[in-house]
Amino acid sequence: MKTERGGKNILLAHGSGGRLTQELIGSVFRRTLSNSILDKMDDSAVVQLDGNLAFTIDSHVVSPLFFPGGDIGRLSLTGTVNDLAMAGAEPLYICAAFVIEEGFPLDDLERIVSSLGLAAGEAGVEVVAGDTKVVERGAADGMFITTSGIGLIPASVHISASAARPGDAVIVSGTIGDHGIAILSKRQGMDFQTEIKSDCAPLGGLVASMLDASRRVRTLRDPTRGGLAATLNEIAAASGVAIEVDESSIPYRSEVRAACELLGLDPLVLANEGKLVAFVARRDADKVLGAMREHAYGAGAVIIGEVQESEKPRVYLRTLLGSRRILSMPTGEQLPRIC
Amino acid sequence: MPLTYLDEFRSAPHVQRLLDELNERRGAELKIMEVCGTHTMAISRYGIRQAAPRGITLISGPGCPVCVTANADIDRFIEIAMLPGVIATSFGDMLRVPGTRMGLAEARSRGADVRIVYSPLDALKMARDNPSKHVVFFGVGFETTAPTVAATLLEAHEQGINNFFVQSVHKLVPPALEALCSMPDLDIDAFLCPGHVSAIIGPQAYKPVAEEFGIPCVVAGFEPVDVLQSLIMLAAQVDEGRSEVELQYSRGVRPDGNPQAMALLHSVFEPADAEWRGLGIIPGSGLTIGDRFSSHDASVRFQVDVSYSHEPRGCICGEILTGVHTPRQCKMFRKVCTPDHPLGPCMVSSEGTCAAYYQYED
Repeated sequence: MKTERGGKNILLAHGSGGRLTQELIGSVFRRTLSNSILDKMDDSAVVQLDGNLAFTIDSHVVSPLFFPGGDIGRLSLTGTVNDLAMAGAEPLYICAAFVIEEGFPLDDLERIVSSLGLAAGEAGVEVVAGDTKVVERGAADGMFITTSGIGLIPASVHISASAARPGDAVIVSGTIGDHGIAILSKRQGMDFQTEIKSDCAPLGGLVASMLDASRRVRTLRDPTRGGLAATLNEIAAASGVAIEVDESSIPYRSEVRAACELLGLDPLVLANEGKLVAFVARRDADKVLGAMREHAYGAGAVIIGEVQESEKPRVYLRTLLGSRRILSMPTGEQLPRIC
Repeated sequence: MPLTYLDEFRSAPHVQRLLDELNERRGAELKIMEVCGTHTMAISRYGIRQAAPRGITLISGPGCPVCVTANADIDRFIEIAMLPGVIATSFGDMLRVPGTRMGLAEARSRGADVRIVYSPLDALKMARDNPSKHVVFFGVGFETTAPTVAATLLEAHEQGINNFFVQSVHKLVPPALEALCSMPDLDIDAFLCPGHVSAIIGPQAYKPVAEEFGIPCVVAGFEPVDVLQSLIMLAAQVDEGRSEVELQYSRGVRPDGNPQAMALLHSVFEPADAEWRGLGIIPGSGLTIGDRFSSHDASVRFQVDVSYSHEPRGCICGEILTGVHTPRQCKMFRKVCTPDHPLGPCMVSSEGTCAAYYQYED
């Protein structure tokens, strides 16, 4: 960090494994994230689980570290929780590794860890192990966080990107593009009059209520990097089907649409951090939609399209003019470091 | 930010009514060329080509400034970018465009300091903040972008920021249209003229095209309603044997354009012959930096050798830019040439014809 503040900063010695490391762990991490497993402070967290395990990992390098609607702490927790949830798992335990740049303000670290802890509480998971490394100034941009997590998949649940079938309804859980625009507006110092907040949220609860409502939820994905366009193309390819989406049914916040118009961006390739796409057997679609809408993070859920039989995996968009155009996989550099 | 204005121009009932009107037309077959990359994208993205009646074919012309930039000009900028002490700045669109040996993205990975800017003023700020570096801006664009670059050069000059340079490959649309009209094998009945460019130069700039070459022109906006309405206006001109310049995009374009912006442009730049990909050298179709500002002219300051430059082999960008071929007629399209491995600029520019077909059309 180039700017010094009045408060204390992280020193290289905080990552040395010595006294300062212990102090940091005690005063920041354990104080905020305390639970019976973490508090044992053994080299490994020991947990008991029985059944189909989901196991995932995700690194977070977002810039800026604090953005409207979240920060790297909340993001790094929800990112991994959502990856577990998209497998139909109940997220349970999280490990978090922090790579911190020398000189990073201690206050900011406390804010980030506290935000991560709050998100863990909301998601119903425990942070059971962690690691802290400090690197020289310039060797990292403030802070990077890697989280890994495990969850338990109920025996009756078989969710996969390859499970979409012709006739399935395609549901999104709410407005698209919020996270991408929140980051962009903050980074470019753009003012859209109303603040556009990231949708960053843990989706385990939403998924649980969807799975309670129907056993015919076939595919779940959170459209993060590459946005809805990438997610739909991945599913079309994995399932060997065509997906047709009605352009006018895709929900956007009006501020996000306005910002996209202004900046010449396609909201369909913008990242989301608290939304999911679900493929559900047609006959259960309304039931699942109803369950989603009762949940805070699914209140804006709508059906946006359907799966069709096709020789070539393709995603089509039905336009305003009634024509059908392809929605292709985004290519090239999207906005970097959004998550 | 209110969006009602936009929604009206994308309203499904309006669109349907215009489509019905277009479908009722019983005139001869029509080939209409759009000469603006934003139109190219809008036509593909809204599926206007598919929705238009059978007798109306929409063809893309040289409307994407990145695409018409000759490889020698791209290579020159990359060579400058590779020089020590240079910060090369460009709009993001240019980053992935392939040059003869490499593109800017690859130059960056080889150590060149290439930075994306959203405005030439950002590049000027960079020059102010980095006095020990040479900051070079790649001035690519039509009459729409040139005034902003002119204003930036003026500011650099007035403030004595001597480490700011522009490589100007700016181009003018009307001379290119006239050159296109003079091509013996041109098979176009009407031009859908650019909205943004016309907001600067004014619709009357197309008068020679309409009057001397007898090709109807309509200056069009970018929403589905705009494009459909403009197609109806062009069809009417052809069917009634007229060839005039008409203005559909009256909410964005004033009849006299933007005289202040034009004055600014002419105070800094001078017309010069320029090489266009696909069209060759067109007299008076480019803008070079005038003598008063030559100390900021990158092509004066940095001498680099680009004698190796040549157009990409196997790529028919040139024929696509002149409407002779469509992307689907290119053997490389979608097979060898994709946005991730582009042979020519039309596949990577956000306004390129091949990019539009690849992204939106099956």
